[in-house]
Amino acid sequence: MPENSKESKQVKKGMEDVEARFSELLTPDERTGYGGYLIQADHLLDFALGVRDELGFDYLSSVTGVDYLPDGKMEVVYHAYRSKGGPALVFKVQVPRDNPVVPSLVSIYPGANFQEREAWDLLGIRFAGHPNLQRILTWEGFEGHPLRKDWKEPFYEEDTKPFKNRWPEGHVYRIEEKVEYGKNVQYPANFNPETWIPEADSLLYTGTAHFNGEKGSNGRSLETDHIIVNLGPQHPSTHGVFRMVVTLDGETIVDLQPVMGYLHRNHEKISERNTFIMNMPYTDRLDYICSMSNNFGYALAVEKLMGIKPPERAEYIRVMMVELTRVLNHLWAIGFLLNDLGAFFTPALYAINDRELILDIFEATAGSRMMCNYFRFGGVVRDLPEGALEKVRELVHERLPRRVDDLEDYLTDNEIVRSRGIGVGILPYEKAIAYSAGGPVLRASGVPYDVRKADPYSIYDRFDFNVAVRYNGDVYDRYLIRIDEIRESLKILQQVVRDLPGGEIQTGRLQYQVRVPPGEAYGRVENPKGELGFYVVSNGKPNPWRYHVRAPSFINVTAMAEMCKGYKIADVVAVLGSIDIVLGETDR
Amino acid sequence: MYGIGILKGLGVTLKHFIETYIDDIRWLGKRYYNDEALSVRQGPQARGVFTVQYPEEKLNIPEEFRFIPFLVYDELPNGEIVERCTSCGICAKVCPPQCIWIVRSSDPLTGRPKPESAEFYIDIDICMNCGLCAEFCPFDSIKMDHHFELASYDRSKDQIYNKDRLMKPASYYASIRPKNYEKEEKVRREKEAAKAAKA
Repeated sequence: MPENSKESKQVKKGMEDVEARFSELLTPDERTGYGGYLIQADHLLDFALGVRDELGFDYLSSVTGVDYLPDGKMEVVYHAYRSKGGPALVFKVQVPRDNPVVPSLVSIYPGANFQEREAWDLLGIRFAGHPNLQRILTWEGFEGHPLRKDWKEPFYEEDTKPFKNRWPEGHVYRIEEKVEYGKNVQYPANFNPETWIPEADSLLYTGTAHFNGEKGSNGRSLETDHIIVNLGPQHPSTHGVFRMVVTLDGETIVDLQPVMGYLHRNHEKISERNTFIMNMPYTDRLDYICSMSNNFGYALAVEKLMGIKPPERAEYIRVMMVELTRVLNHLWAIGFLLNDLGAFFTPALYAINDRELILDIFEATAGSRMMCNYFRFGGVVRDLPEGALEKVRELVHERLPRRVDDLEDYLTDNEIVRSRGIGVGILPYEKAIAYSAGGPVLRASGVPYDVRKADPYSIYDRFDFNVAVRYNGDVYDRYLIRIDEIRESLKILQQVVRDLPGGEIQTGRLQYQVRVPPGEAYGRVENPKGELGFYVVSNGKPNPWRYHVRAPSFINVTAMAEMCKGYKIADVVAVLGSIDIVLGETDR
Repeated sequence: MYGIGILKGLGVTLKHFIETYIDDIRWLGKRYYNDEALSVRQGPQARGVFTVQYPEEKLNIPEEFRFIPFLVYDELPNGEIVERCTSCGICAKVCPPQCIWIVRSSDPLTGRPKPESAEFYIDIDICMNCGLCAEFCPFDSIKMDHHFELASYDRSKDQIYNKDRLMKPASYYASIRPKNYEKEEKVRREKEAAKAAKA
């Protein structure tokens, strides 16, 4: 707790100008362990416009809701940042639970679009003035809003884990025996799935094709019709089950609507039932390419709440693992971007080859190649095994730099890559910020924003590295920036293996049921795909009251339509590949 | 000139292609099915084709590799089998997907719980291989296995492991995780020595 209250004071310290300008609108949030400001729903738009235009909080990182069932309130929590760097401005709106209506911020921060839809879908908070307030992760025939605390699924076992029937009288049964096929879903009253026509789906088409009545034109005298093409959900270039509804004029894209949620499992509900430590392996499954960095974000959030810090050696090991993850993710992303451009699997397999060597290190250290589950609150599970450090040293000093050069020889000057990439899928500077894009997508558009520098966490302030920036914001720059970032990561890694101190790897003894004091915390890390945030609320019980993931892939897709409009249908595949989404995280 | 980049790229592909043959010659035909070559082929010095001829060849499994838990028992010199599990239930309580089911045994006369398990099940379809059970077990009783080829014909019966299938001797544990075993045995001996000194 001490750490935590200090934290909230710090947040206020950077906020003098906000308080001075909007003192009459704001009330500091004085619940124990909480920070930021409460604001009336009526003043939200004025306030948001003011902080964006006058005070420079132009980057709305996270929007989420919390259901405070005992108080009968719904709360919407906003985390805004300055794209120049610095701490968060946290503001919250509380509305009655039975009629939660909050003004939509999409007109001010377009990046709030999908996040507000998510909050409507999962929590039932209505955002007045939202251009397209429809379900986004669950399907249209879904009943209720699953993240509300009084919502229960058809095969509901218990509110919180551990379930009481597992021990001491744990007579085993298979869940399938209890939940028969056909009875494992619940429908709204008077709902018949056989006769139901997906209204929202046709809405989606008409929404996409509000141009439908109009005739298109190819810029000359010829008159053309708009047609709608479904890319996906089963399509090899969507990197999973992801659908894009594209309105075309000839071959040119007029509009594009991403449709997601095919892999939705309500990660957040599962995690609110879990105890704190149980969530760690679940975070592995978000962005399954980079499980180490997911662990990091969650560990940071809970450590903030608990007010503990890992020992030095653990910090270095953490940074080492996370930077190795960045290298392997970018290798993967480049490989599969090239796949999407038509270079079928040769570049991908060359890239995966080196990823495999990094995974070997993860396997020897954490016990698993991809589902690492390596971080703990206040440290890491176990120390590096014998020989691992030497292997990392050899990789980061010799093999990986050589292989990155090799990859660059192979691809950077390739005429096909250049002509498919340069000037395609441009996301301009202002729009990248407005759409809350993160990571390589943001930085390839000329915004030098990297959480590791802008709002340093862990021990990143000790390392000498640059924030890679490219300025054109096209597919080619998003390819180049990943190469740059691999080089910067290798630079950090070389410093880590040089400086790695000895000593403990865990603060105190980790219990299987950690005590987390009440309060809220937002842990954000620079994931390879963008800013990953965990918003965790504890009420002092063994399970988190609220657990929200700000998933970079999900939010980067918000800008997808913007990047595609005006380009050709074949470029959609390249643009999607250059955003580098992973559906485990997008759909959660 | 247009095409230089592509030619340069093809040069890289050619290099990769030739490297495999050079590596083949270097190993004098023993590049495959050879443990020594396998560790080089899969290490930082790897050149040429990177794939492994599974199932004839398998990757080396590091000690910390974890898959599906098992229960450790000790064999006394007289052949008696002593379970380490005391049925404390910590593994079942910490298990994230809740795949561990334990029935605690009780004394038939007094009805009081006894520190051993009557039944112990793990639903391996649900297990997520996170290793938290092994991490928090205070008796070094549940450990993560190295055996990963678990396919079976009937998922309704064969995928729930009962105690018979879960129990493995401490000697097996020592063979897959020698370093951990050594460490734990050392702690155990020290504890016993301290106990003896007290008494």
